[in-house]
Amino acid sequence: MNELASAVPWLGRRNPQAARWLIVIVALAAPLVAVLFGRTWVRVLDFALLYVMLALGLNLVVGFAGLLDLGYIAFYAVGAYTAAFLASPHFGVHLPFWIVLPVAAGCAALAGIMLGFPVLRLRGDYLAIVTLGFGEIVRIFLNNLNYPVNITNGPQGINALDPLVLFGWDLSRNIPVTENLSINSLFLYYYFFLACVAGSIVFIQRLQVSRVGRAWAAMRDDELAAKAIGINTRNLKLLAFSLGATFGGVAGGLFGAFQGFVSPESFSLMESIAVLTMVVFGGMGNVAGAIVGALILSALPEILRHLALPVQQALFGTVLLDPEVLRMLLLSLAMILMMLLKPAGLIPAHARYSHVEHLKRHGVAR
Amino acid sequence: MEIFLQQLVNGLVVGSVYALVALGYTMVYGILGLINFAHGDLVMVGAMVALQTMLFLMGAAPGMSPLTMLTLSLAVAIPVCMLLGYTMERLAYRRLRNAPRLAPLITAIGMSFLLQTIAMILWGRNYHTFPQLVSTAPLQPVAGVFVTPIQVTIVVGSALIMAALIVLVTKTKLGRAMRATAENHRVAALMGVDTNLIIALTFVIGAALAAVAGVMYASNYGIAHYGMGFMPGLKAFTAAVLGGIGNLGGAMLGGIVLGLVESFGAGYIEHLTFGFLNSSYQDIFAFIILGLVLIFRPTGLLGERVSDRA
Repeated sequence: MNELASAVPWLGRRNPQAARWLIVIVALAAPLVAVLFGRTWVRVLDFALLYVMLALGLNLVVGFAGLLDLGYIAFYAVGAYTAAFLASPHFGVHLPFWIVLPVAAGCAALAGIMLGFPVLRLRGDYLAIVTLGFGEIVRIFLNNLNYPVNITNGPQGINALDPLVLFGWDLSRNIPVTENLSINSLFLYYYFFLACVAGSIVFIQRLQVSRVGRAWAAMRDDELAAKAIGINTRNLKLLAFSLGATFGGVAGGLFGAFQGFVSPESFSLMESIAVLTMVVFGGMGNVAGAIVGALILSALPEILRHLALPVQQALFGTVLLDPEVLRMLLLSLAMILMMLLKPAGLIPAHARYSHVEHLKRHGVAR
Repeated sequence: MEIFLQQLVNGLVVGSVYALVALGYTMVYGILGLINFAHGDLVMVGAMVALQTMLFLMGAAPGMSPLTMLTLSLAVAIPVCMLLGYTMERLAYRRLRNAPRLAPLITAIGMSFLLQTIAMILWGRNYHTFPQLVSTAPLQPVAGVFVTPIQVTIVVGSALIMAALIVLVTKTKLGRAMRATAENHRVAALMGVDTNLIIALTFVIGAALAAVAGVMYASNYGIAHYGMGFMPGLKAFTAAVLGGIGNLGGAMLGGIVLGLVESFGAGYIEHLTFGFLNSSYQDIFAFIILGLVLIFRPTGLLGERVSDRA
């Protein structure tokens, strides 16, 4: 939260307290403002929060531990498909959400360890390309495991996932307030996702200044030196992969329940790249960066979609660039230009946990 | 037995194309230590530009002989790719040469998607039929194996190109400069090698190979598509790693081996897994091989480099 608050332009430096309240107010009021422009915008915000969660998880792997993972979306897929298996008519299983989500997270964590073990010795480019291969293998299996035994239902995907039900409260139903006014379910999902994201942020910030977080930073900056001072890099790498994967799995489970539908198409390489771009664009190794990057890069294509299409219609009479092309263009340019012009990202990470006063505040150093 | 021989032929054909692409990867990796993710997409650009040229020629001069048409379309596609390769190096990679290694890698991924997006804008998302200028009708079967003229052309063509490249790298002054730059930029520069020029030339030569490979790949399958380059690009990288990255002979060997493994894998996977997996799993072989090679023999079949270059 401190990191996030100090990232607020102008106000962050002068009055962190006010900046913190500003963030809270904006986060709570965002869907109320968004709905003025139409209900789709609340939906966009819901998805943006899922991307924030993904970016936070990937940031753990790439930014904190320095392991470049290009197959991150595989964990998202594992989470989403686990949720689909456990709570949909596909197998006829309908477990409660409080069981589905932990199992989804657990399966994703297991997948993270499965990926982590064989690639422990790899770093940098090689790691990147092997993880990319892992993501593709998962996608190929999801796409083809409908024959001879139908497990994933192939390219059609799995339909009609159970919605989120918390303590008997179905989030997919609108809550009627008066005769012709009701709280839309998109709002309910928004606030639930917001709570999940807030929890993740608290967890990750505590993790960052913990022994593990500092050991990750040491490993990222110089693996050999980290080994030399007795850091167990093998376990730390596995932990990074599995913790990052857990976030992916949770986000995937939420995504499945929210959308009610999963198919291999949602887990393409493009999505892995998109999440990586969010982390890189915002600033690697930095919670605030991951959040800002995810919010900007998931909302901007939607805004462009609504602005660019009418503008193109007016200028050329036809639509030259459709929204998906615009999204790809935006992401690829964001990657290239950010690396060339501002390699540390929008909000560069400070290694602040190395300052004693910061550690003191977290009760780590005396 | 006939199936075996047929898969052997198919594997050789695809393997030759992988080998050509792998050469571009391995040269750039050898000289800069950069995985140029966008290299695979140069393959696609080559095929697309050639396709566009052929369509134009068919409209402009309907009676033209297929051979002339093929030559002309290559004569357009190759320079376009070379220019693109040069531009990428000059605008993006050169500035990042001394940056942390993550930066050029991420730029390269961005470049790859940028090329795909531009191709999508120019040529749309549909699959295009690639004209079959060299016949795909099978020749007289030998021992029950069908071989088509296009397959012969691909294998012979890529063998000639690879031979020419080896001569270039081992016998000419340019090749010596390239090897010196790959060994050590700074020392090469001190010895009077214009390393910037040599690196740019490496990109340009790799791009030319990619263009040729693109035309071969598209004529072999008869289709072209904006995303057709990414997968072969990754497989070619796998081939380069398999052979030993930075090693030209290794890239060729790796390409052929990968082509054969894929072809046999696709042919026999159904028997091996008792019908559980089928040929739609073809793409996983490359990634499995990549993983296995990096874990058990990171130097590749012929290479000497270590895997810990991060």
